[in-house]
Amino acid sequence: MANIIGGITTSHIPAIANAMANGLEETPYWKPFFDGYPPVRDWLNEKKPDVIILFYNDHGLEFFIDKKPTFAIGVADEYHNADEGWGIPTIPPVTGESDLSWHIANSLVEDGFDMTICQEMKVDHGLTVPLNLMWPGYNYGHVKVIPVCINCEQHPMPQPKRTYALGQAIGRAVASFDQDLKVAVFGTGGMSHQLDGERAGIINREFDIDCLDKLVSDPEALTKYSNLDLVEIAGAQGVELNMLIAMRGTLIGEVKELHRNYHAPISNTGSGLMLLEHTMPKK
Amino acid sequence: MAKLLGGIATSHIPAIGVAMDQGLENTPYWKEFFEAYPPVRDWLYTQEPDIAIVFYNDHGLEFFHDRKPTFAMGAAAQYENADEGWGIAEIPPVTGETELSWHIVNHLIEHDFDITVCQEMKVDHGLTVPLTLMWPGHKYGHVKVIPVAINCERHPMPKPSRSYAFGKAIGDAVRSFAGDQKVIVMGTGGLSHQLDGQRAGFINKPFDLYCMDKMVDEPELLTCYSNYELVEKAGAQGVELNMWLAMRGALEGEGKLKELHRSYHLPISNTGAGLQLLATDNAR
Amino acid sequence: MTQTVDIPGTIMLDGPMATKGYPLNKMCYSFNNAAARNEFKQDEEAYYEKFKLTEEQRDAMRKRDVIAMLEAGGSIYYLAKFAGLLGLSVQDVGGLQTGMTTEEFKAFLVKQGEI
Ligand SMILES: [Fe+2]
Repeated sequence: MANIIGGITTSHIPAIANAMANGLEETPYWKPFFDGYPPVRDWLNEKKPDVIILFYNDHGLEFFIDKKPTFAIGVADEYHNADEGWGIPTIPPVTGESDLSWHIANSLVEDGFDMTICQEMKVDHGLTVPLNLMWPGYNYGHVKVIPVCINCEQHPMPQPKRTYALGQAIGRAVASFDQDLKVAVFGTGGMSHQLDGERAGIINREFDIDCLDKLVSDPEALTKYSNLDLVEIAGAQGVELNMLIAMRGTLIGEVKELHRNYHAPISNTGSGLMLLEHTMPKK
Repeated sequence: MAKLLGGIATSHIPAIGVAMDQGLENTPYWKEFFEAYPPVRDWLYTQEPDIAIVFYNDHGLEFFHDRKPTFAMGAAAQYENADEGWGIAEIPPVTGETELSWHIVNHLIEHDFDITVCQEMKVDHGLTVPLTLMWPGHKYGHVKVIPVAINCERHPMPKPSRSYAFGKAIGDAVRSFAGDQKVIVMGTGGLSHQLDGQRAGFINKPFDLYCMDKMVDEPELLTCYSNYELVEKAGAQGVELNMWLAMRGALEGEGKLKELHRSYHLPISNTGAGLQLLATDNAR
Repeated sequence: MTQTVDIPGTIMLDGPMATKGYPLNKMCYSFNNAAARNEFKQDEEAYYEKFKLTEEQRDAMRKRDVIAMLEAGGSIYYLAKFAGLLGLSVQDVGGLQTGMTTEEFKAFLVKQGEI
């Protein structure tokens, strides 16, 4: 049986990639951010997950608003990054995992989730930055990644209660997969930020910290928010909280917080790193 | 409020488009098939719908396996047809509609349907053949079309019960739209057929007739099937019944429907071809 | 979806089959474009290479063996575009798969209406 061993929340902003490419990790601006990561890397290196299910949002590399999926899942054996137009380095291919991916896709469609299923898919910084943060130097080729993409760009977007339900359905699907695999789930993006409009630059530290608390002990409380609430409280791109909520949804058993590091600002955002250990529910 | 006048279920196979282009409607092979259509055309002429929501499946023009949506919906002001690779004539652009489209999109996402929203979308014979059948000579430019594509190609596909619920949510959205538009829904494709494998050519007339019977008052007897059961009973492409069920779902909530027309003819190409018109009380 | 019911003569295009068939289907999807169709006609082998077809898929294509194409993960939607390129109708393709002539296949269709 496949087993979800834990969940991780992390920022995915492109500035991180630039900082890493330019070796700025120890500069005063970046140090408090990067100092949060070694314990999570250690945990990953110790637990050695086979598969990472990674919730992110495409920022206009693979998907354009000509055809914008609400939920897309990759089922390929390899994914490529590409030029995103603003000069962050292109990163090496990401290994995929088609068997478990198809199993999850089948299970989701059966459960009434109307997935867009991708056999070929370019993955952008939303996915590649977190991988490189966890395995610096692009040393992530050994882990198989299942990308799950949530629309956080164009309204209407799936509501927090729906993304949580998606996460739960993925958690059940993993639990019903008959191969022995260790799976870790990443919820990437956020936390509070707004890039556009006169309100650009807002960060809500108090709210972000409350969200991290709730992600541990009371995720259902977060599903009470609408996306409009999130925009109001956490900024226009604060809706990226949906990816963190989806991640938490997959943790259908017991969770224990092992590590947390909140730091703001990183670029225009509040950045929340958290590691939750997960024990699958008893059959 | 926008009003649903009724639903039309019709075949959408490309051979029909070819026959119309070549003026073969009165040849022995086609006569019986085309003779069924005038009553439906007359009804459309009298009812003057403003908007047609068309459930169809893309057969590999717009969507490929690289990103295959379960449900996709257009929200564009215009849709183009294009070369489908096998030599059927391209048809003129289809007029779209953005206000009701976005209203439906919002309603669907709010009600947990995870659609792909398309602001640009090539539409294939699955959509263009039915339009040409209803308004021959490509005279459909006055009707605003909202294309809704359902995956009927690669498993996993949405279950019949899901397609029906999807249609129902679209019907609810139409009824809650603050306009006075007259709307029809079209379910296209089917009925039983199988194009691939040693079982190619399979048609199940009794099952098709059963489906048309149940479409009127007892659609729940059809939504209980799995897609596997549909493949078994109606052939690999018999899953196109999902488009009929989505259309029927949109009319749920309109009370008792009047069946104004029904015909069934086989074979048309490799299929059992059904035509059915179900009207609501909103129709004149 | 994993095939749960065996329906003789039916090759379900489920996920794993679609993974296997991806290069073949992608090649056939390209036939929506006239220039691509010409490129294929001029040098089929080079075209297989361009889309990195598996050996099984190349072999099925060379033999024009529709069943073998399906077994190699082909989707009838895209294979239909290849059939169109060859000038074959869906009845021709039906005959090829069932071991009938096109006329026999058409008669078989008609017979199913006589009940
Ligand atoms: Fe079709």
